[in-house]
Amino acid sequence: MIAGRSFGSRLILGTGKYESFETMRDAVVASEAELVTVAVRRIDFDEPGEDITTYLPEGVLLLPNTSGCETADEAVRTARLARAGGLPDWIKLEVIPDPRYLLPDGVETLRAAEQLVEEGFTVLPYVLPDPVLAKKLEEAGCATVMPLAAPIGSGRGLKLRDTIRIMIEQAEVPVVVDAGLGAPSHAAEAMELGADAVLVNTAVARAGDPVAMARAFKLAVEAGREAYRAGVMEEGWAAEPSSPVGGTV
Amino acid sequence: MGRRALEPGRGHGLTVVVNGREQDVPKGETVARLLDRLGLESRYALVERNGEPLERERYPEVELESGDRLVVARPVAGG
Repeated sequence: MIAGRSFGSRLILGTGKYESFETMRDAVVASEAELVTVAVRRIDFDEPGEDITTYLPEGVLLLPNTSGCETADEAVRTARLARAGGLPDWIKLEVIPDPRYLLPDGVETLRAAEQLVEEGFTVLPYVLPDPVLAKKLEEAGCATVMPLAAPIGSGRGLKLRDTIRIMIEQAEVPVVVDAGLGAPSHAAEAMELGADAVLVNTAVARAGDPVAMARAFKLAVEAGREAYRAGVMEEGWAAEPSSPVGGTV
Repeated sequence: MGRRALEPGRGHGLTVVVNGREQDVPKGETVARLLDRLGLESRYALVERNGEPLERERYPEVELESGDRLVVARPVAGG
């Protein structure tokens, strides 16, 4: 459930980096994701390419992102353009001035979020796992907070686990772990921790078989969620026998 | 698909700038007509006119004026 809308899947899929739109479409179908991200770019009239939206299955909600924006003003401009042109008024807010690690600028993100919420957008901000910033974004009216697990496209898994855990504990909006998840086990780990959803792109798009990997992520997200609901056991240092101690023959 | 690249003008209309490139269009050309002429069949052609986002419903009614600067964008693959 995000901003009053319920989704049948806790996996959000990115559409970038696939070898073809056909593979992307098949991966979206296999993932059963109901929310998929797209970027917004100027059309190159010399090489217009194909329209991605015709490849997306009916019923998925498009989530435009503000990738490429380095300031709040650029992100607000992109969001307004997307909405005016008929895309949903949901926006994955990314304000990223750093090309090497693609880490988001929290100050500009908050500034853009405040503006976009005021204009009626449903804002899903991409952030470093900073529980204090997350609270401010929540108070500004954001629909979710989306902390990165590790740098975008790195596939390194839940490197920022401890602060994500604090965010999950404190958040009153859904926490979507976004970026850096490289394997289904990483997604399961995030879900076991109590994340409400995960967003995956590169790990699926760049897999040997993206469609099979999309399905693997779907299963991992379901398993992780189920484990969270079931209550994962407490860790201990010493061994505890699983078989009876007495009565040995 | 009938896509046509932007053509330099023939001098009998207005000059507008689309994605940084000059383009001559007939007088009375609407945004919708321009998109059509550019072969843009995308469900989502996103248009900014002179720095302001333009609502899709207005594409058929907004007539271009000489010197207009348009940004035409659309959704593409991305995370």
